[in-house]
Amino acid sequence: MKPSPDGSGGCPRGAHSSRVARERAIEWALLFAALTSVAVTVGIAGVLVYESLPFFRHVSLAEFLTDPQWTPLFSEAHYGILPLVAGTLVTTAVALLMALPVGTITAIYLSECATLVVRETVKPLLELLTAVPTVVFGYFALLFVTPFLQLIWADLPGFNMLSAGLVIGVMIIPYVSSLSEDAMRAVPMDIREGSYAMGATRMQTALRVVVPSALSGIAAAYALGISRAIGETMVVAIAAGMQPTLTWNPLEPAETITAYIVQVSLGDLPHGSIGYQSIFAAGLTLLLMTLLFNVAGYLLRKGFWKAY
Amino acid sequence: MLPSSPQVEKARVKDLNFYYGSVHILKNISLTIGEKQVTAVIGPSGCGKTTYLRCFNRMHDLYPGNRYEGEVILHPDYVNILSPTVDPIEIRMRISMVFQKPNPFPKSIFENVAYGLRVRGWTDRAVLDEKVEQALRRAVLWEEVKDRLTHPALTLSGGQQQRLCIARALATEPEILLFDEPTSALDPTATARIEELILDLKTQVTIIIVTHNMQQAARVSDFTAFLYLGELVEFNKTDKMFTAPSNRLTEDYITGRFG
Ligand SMILES: Nc1ncnc2c1ncn2[C@@H]1O[C@H](COP(=O)(O)OP(=O)(O)O)[C@@H](O)[C@H]1O
Ligand SMILES: [Mg+2]
Repeated sequence: MKPSPDGSGGCPRGAHSSRVARERAIEWALLFAALTSVAVTVGIAGVLVYESLPFFRHVSLAEFLTDPQWTPLFSEAHYGILPLVAGTLVTTAVALLMALPVGTITAIYLSECATLVVRETVKPLLELLTAVPTVVFGYFALLFVTPFLQLIWADLPGFNMLSAGLVIGVMIIPYVSSLSEDAMRAVPMDIREGSYAMGATRMQTALRVVVPSALSGIAAAYALGISRAIGETMVVAIAAGMQPTLTWNPLEPAETITAYIVQVSLGDLPHGSIGYQSIFAAGLTLLLMTLLFNVAGYLLRKGFWKAY
Repeated sequence: MLPSSPQVEKARVKDLNFYYGSVHILKNISLTIGEKQVTAVIGPSGCGKTTYLRCFNRMHDLYPGNRYEGEVILHPDYVNILSPTVDPIEIRMRISMVFQKPNPFPKSIFENVAYGLRVRGWTDRAVLDEKVEQALRRAVLWEEVKDRLTHPALTLSGGQQQRLCIARALATEPEILLFDEPTSALDPTATARIEELILDLKTQVTIIIVTHNMQQAARVSDFTAFLYLGELVEFNKTDKMFTAPSNRLTEDYITGRFG
């Protein structure tokens, strides 16, 4: 059989066109699958925007962004989102200060230093942490970590952001370490050997070659960790208190955006009331914050080349 | 009669045996590496050329279960490279390696060449600039990359990447440069440039090059070692080896009767 000029390898014409049709169908199916997640995201954003419009007809954007109090359900209502944003940022910061260094160091250790036996033992144990329900972590923070911290700061309130943040940090360590470790182990051995052959030590190789090579994977791990920390609800609702107070001090109680949403959703608010609408405004703020972090991460990664 | 071993020695290999776990790969290899000469190692695939080369910079130490026996004495200080009391990092500071496949780091061109210097604690920008330029010139890459030193090394072509790896290896001024089939992933033009470069470099540094391309060995080397099934079949001056091999097996191999 002669090869046909269109490169189809000499198949009969009918088989050729049915194959093209099948390829098309597969492409459409893949495109549809890809679009589903995009559509869901856009849909959620759309609903949040749409449902918060009535809220912003009632509350000016300036008040929303600058008023230091958040008391939508009081008779003398204030609608400043800052206390909730501060609560979210402080607990997230505490969590990340814990999880990113510990998670990264764990990943470096597991990927570059640990023997096979150690790695195969430690990794599943760490991943087991993700199976613990967050409500258990919440009570762990309230009933164990806070009393422990009170041994150090005697006047630490029973509800505080430090304890909640630390426990969220522990909770997300496995996400950070597991994904980072996968990324580092995927770095080809010949790049490592290139470093060793130049006289580099194990640590120099890990920090100067393996980590930068795995950077996009590590960034993805960090992004997931950050999103988990910002979005965490149960731990903060249980251990950080539910009073929206504008403070940047982790030793104080405060409320986060997520904790507010769950608190208000659990009550029975009349559909269309301002309290009901405030949930969507808060949710929209949360979405924008997450988006902002992701964009910042993207820009940082792009700027990374200049540093290296 | 022509001397069949080099006159000025850089390293002497004595009864070298090597094992991957319990598998005995290199068997009783002894030969002398001449100072500022090119020594080629040839032999069919799987005969142990790479294994042999990686003994010189103790690369086998990176993996558990590997074992050396015998000695590789490095001149002028007569240190035994293979001695367990010798730190492999010390050895790799003196002996650089260029790999079969170009393996630049995902860093800028400049940082790739500066890597060995940084690892050795150099931070002075002026010194780094000077040494990086010098290494790139020696690797005949300077003119091509001098305007884009901050670009990622992975934007270079395969042949340029391999010359970058050579510059990286040269930057620390090693005493011996090891090449493991450095052109096997390159096209003929890039291969010719690397061979030219090796001929240039041999006035400055001792070179050991593994190749399964016999023409390449004949073109670039002064001495050639022929390995077969982990044994050293013949070690001789290259021109002698390729015109009048003293061993029947060598003759069969270089005339293409097997391998
Ligand atoms: N890491 C290893 N573990 C066990 N055997 C190996 C390993 N690397 C190579 N070998 C074996 O050692 C022999 C020599 O390999 P190598 O030195 O790579 O040969 P060459 O470079 O001459 O092609 C081959 O039989 C190969 O299968
Ligand atoms: Mg090889």
